[in-house]
Amino acid sequence: MKQQNYTTTFIEIKPPKAFVGIDLKEIWQYRDLLYILVWRNVKVRYKQTVVGVAWAIFQPLITMVIFTVFFGRLIKVPTDNIPYAVFVYTGLLYWNYFSTALTSTSDSLVSDESIIKKVYFPRIIVPIATTVTPLVDFLVAFLILFILMVFYRFMPNFWGILLLPVLMLITFMTSSGLGIFLASLNVKYRDVRYILGFFIQLLMYITPVIYSASIIPDRFRWIFYLNPMAGVITLARDSLLHHLSLDWTLLAASFGISFILILIGLFYFRRTERFFADVL
Amino acid sequence: MKLELIIKIENLGKKYMIGAKEPYYSLRDSLVNIFKKKPNKKEFWALKNINLEIKKGEILGIIGPNGAGKSTLLKIISRITPPTTGQASISGRVASLLEIGTGFHPELTGRENIFLSAAILGMSRQETKEKFDQIVEFSEISQFLDTPVKRYSSGMYVRLAFSIAAHIDPDILIIDEVLAVGDANFQKKCLGKMGEASHDGRTVLLVSHNMHSILSLSTRCVLLSKGKVVKIGRPEDVVRVYQKDISGDSSGKTDLVNAEHYGDQSARFTSLDVRTKDGSPLFATGCDMEIEVVINANEDISNADVQTIIYDENYNRLIDANTLTKGYVLDLKKNHQAKIVFSLDKVLLKEGTYFVGIWMGSFANHEIDAVLYATSFKMEARREDTLYASPYPGVYVCEYKYQVQKNQIKNFNKK
Repeated sequence: MKQQNYTTTFIEIKPPKAFVGIDLKEIWQYRDLLYILVWRNVKVRYKQTVVGVAWAIFQPLITMVIFTVFFGRLIKVPTDNIPYAVFVYTGLLYWNYFSTALTSTSDSLVSDESIIKKVYFPRIIVPIATTVTPLVDFLVAFLILFILMVFYRFMPNFWGILLLPVLMLITFMTSSGLGIFLASLNVKYRDVRYILGFFIQLLMYITPVIYSASIIPDRFRWIFYLNPMAGVITLARDSLLHHLSLDWTLLAASFGISFILILIGLFYFRRTERFFADVL
Repeated sequence: MKLELIIKIENLGKKYMIGAKEPYYSLRDSLVNIFKKKPNKKEFWALKNINLEIKKGEILGIIGPNGAGKSTLLKIISRITPPTTGQASISGRVASLLEIGTGFHPELTGRENIFLSAAILGMSRQETKEKFDQIVEFSEISQFLDTPVKRYSSGMYVRLAFSIAAHIDPDILIIDEVLAVGDANFQKKCLGKMGEASHDGRTVLLVSHNMHSILSLSTRCVLLSKGKVVKIGRPEDVVRVYQKDISGDSSGKTDLVNAEHYGDQSARFTSLDVRTKDGSPLFATGCDMEIEVVINANEDISNADVQTIIYDENYNRLIDANTLTKGYVLDLKKNHQAKIVFSLDKVLLKEGTYFVGIWMGSFANHEIDAVLYATSFKMEARREDTLYASPYPGVYVCEYKYQVQKNQIKNFNKK
């Protein structure tokens, strides 16, 4: 039987309008392609690094060890009696996903230029597939967190675990929103990726990865939390490690800002999308 | 067969802006230049006022000189780039083959690339699974299925890519010149497979410089020039008009910078000179010819066989002169230039227009550079052949004599 998955029985090709919405139905029709691109990214990633899958374990683990030695033991960053290793690893878990996803998504349209110039498909599939790919690393790193907790005999808060997927969703929306915006910009301005590396490094210092958000003076906190990643990491620690009750305002604010970011990303993407094949 | 309309193109146009600037901008420059005057941009219409109706089951050949807008037209119909004016309506599933091995990733194995490339070309996973064995068998590379394609020879790469392409099963198939590479036998196999499918009512749009495949495959043909439709109709008629156009600038030294090259480009033909040995501006049946090619090596090349080929007006291969037959293969160091002059003695071609192609490669499958129909020349009839009658049709002559045995003339009516 011939599968009619990709069939659009009638297509009108016209000069583009100023703005067009996202065609969710079409993206659903192309779900096989989305799946296969994620699969390709994962395969290629683990084939190219010498240590392969082990890299997903080593990278956060080594970073954690170094941070623990310098910030935990030597500088003695305050963590409210939580083992610094567990404290910093919880932050790194989300931060690593965010920075990997943002960097690769920003580069995605340029690195897949060969297929964008030769075949039609909803272009949004390329950046989405790229943001989804590091989820594999995230899941591996996530398991390590629990091993780490067992090692330090640390008892996590149970409903805090339930919150983790929600925080992951916010992280996904933030990195895909920013990533889609930068990817579209990168098609025309090829120096975006160099600026981005610097930008991400700076962003890490204003996000509570190595320190606790409690050191920020109260009156500056609202500025601090404009960064949804600051909210995500704080919420993850509060709920999972500190056994605090959930800060709904912070959750709603982080979600809201990440939602705005994804809207901006999609808007700019749709506006520039039609000329990708001409510019690339 | 009921001929229903499957593609309708009305007033289609595509405008590009050509600026003085490089294609990529930097954010830094743009921010710096925000207050400066914008550089003057020029409008360029790659396509203008194209009207076409294509019916189900048709195989439409699209020909024209470089820059005529053939590829732009295919890209608009494939929805890769939008038109500036007009519209096109398409009823059916479209697959475009604008490149060999679309989406191939060098690190992945042949097996993995089949699934990847098929998905990118529009096949569902289920469909790919069902056709997997056919694709592998057709490609003749089953023993290398689990080898990364970066270790494939170029021949194997092309075979695998072609097999996937030959098995996609859309209503409308759009092909741009991809059939020009690969070895001849395998090409024939693919063309056969595609021709077979068109009997089931598939519509094919085919861009090619190979007049032979246009003539043998297409049911209708369009000639584009400078973004406009010049002629549309029976392939024989349209190809003839096109040939008259190109044979206008025949003979003499040809600069190959802007020609379409195939092969891995580790070395390139930079010029081609087709001339008579005695310096006469006129080629005439039986003249001695010289074909001179200049080759620039971009990489070290070795064991290259250099060929020049003369084709007739129907792109049948008539004569080839190559170095390998004479026991010579070319070795050339990077950044070195070689000039080879072939002397063809007494070329006994009849009057007409002939095309000259050049090819260089090592071994059967490795193509270094090829320009299919690089130039053409017009052969005139010898004076002595036109003294009593205008020449008869045909391609070749040979030197011949005749003798009338007068003493044998007798009246056979007489007993």
